[in-house]
Amino acid sequence: MVVFIIVAMGIVTYIPRWLPLFILTKYTLPGWFKEWLALIPASVLSALLLPALVTGGDARHLDIMRSELWVAVPTFVFALATKSLGGTVVVGMVLFWLSGKLI
Amino acid sequence: MVQNPILPGVKAAWPICLGYIPIGLAFGVLAQKAGMTWFQISLMSSIVFAGSSQFIAVSMLASGSGALAVIMTTFFVNLRHLLMSSSLATLLHNEHRGKLSVFAYGVTDESFAINYTRLLAGDWDLNRSLVLNHTANACWILSTVAGGFFGHLVPAHSLGIDYALIAMFICLLVFQFTSRLIVLTAMIAGMLSVALALWIPGNSYIVLASVIAASIGMGIGRLSPTFHAGKGD
Repeated sequence: MVVFIIVAMGIVTYIPRWLPLFILTKYTLPGWFKEWLALIPASVLSALLLPALVTGGDARHLDIMRSELWVAVPTFVFALATKSLGGTVVVGMVLFWLSGKLI
Repeated sequence: MVQNPILPGVKAAWPICLGYIPIGLAFGVLAQKAGMTWFQISLMSSIVFAGSSQFIAVSMLASGSGALAVIMTTFFVNLRHLLMSSSLATLLHNEHRGKLSVFAYGVTDESFAINYTRLLAGDWDLNRSLVLNHTANACWILSTVAGGFFGHLVPAHSLGIDYALIAMFICLLVFQFTSRLIVLTAMIAGMLSVALALWIPGNSYIVLASVIAASIGMGIGRLSPTFHAGKGD
């Protein structure tokens, strides 16, 4: 049963990943649609990130005192200055670890 | 692009692996506690390969949810990949469909952001993207399985590992900032996402906020000469 669920999860996850790559790459897309898609990456990443910084709890609520948010500020500055993904991950982890020690 | 794609692909993947290892270990611990065997863990990491949905699925299974509920939830949590693959499609025009079908399997939040940035910059191609995706996937499978065996030895919340993915998202977002319109759209998406996350339960806020923000951004780009669409600063 678990194996069946896993395979079904795999199928429903694969289809949205696959369909646009299989179909849209064969067509010349209208200008407005390309402009819209060019804004999607930043939108998705921002939509994933921000709630992780300022909301918490089992029943989600706003919480701007979280160390997730305050550590994000220097981490963000570091990312802007260096454009280094590996460096940013390490710096973010160290700062978050330190913030846990200090509080 | 005659150069061998393996080395650059693996090199670009290492920060993703750095983030995946702690999360993968944590997932392995959770899955093992929920009664999954190492074979089931590796199977799930191989064919689903989508972190957050795997965490949700395992906790649903552990609390006795039905198969259909787990599968439907997985579908909705992972629907955001539809948007990511659509953006990637604009940069992979007329590529080989067989290759694209293999590539599609490895589209995750992280691999998508790196591949998209580099394809846009022009120093990247589908082969390197494939190597990056599968390196990340291998790391994910190995760390989740290792988590099932040894994960309990790693103390929870140690060494800031809870922050690895957040830090990765911060940098991946910074990579996207190539025009004022994109920065503005990202700010709109972030605020909308927080508002929607507080308002509606579940994970649909991600797709909703992204779609609305990109639409507003496109409108602003079309109407305002300052933000004229497609032009960088």
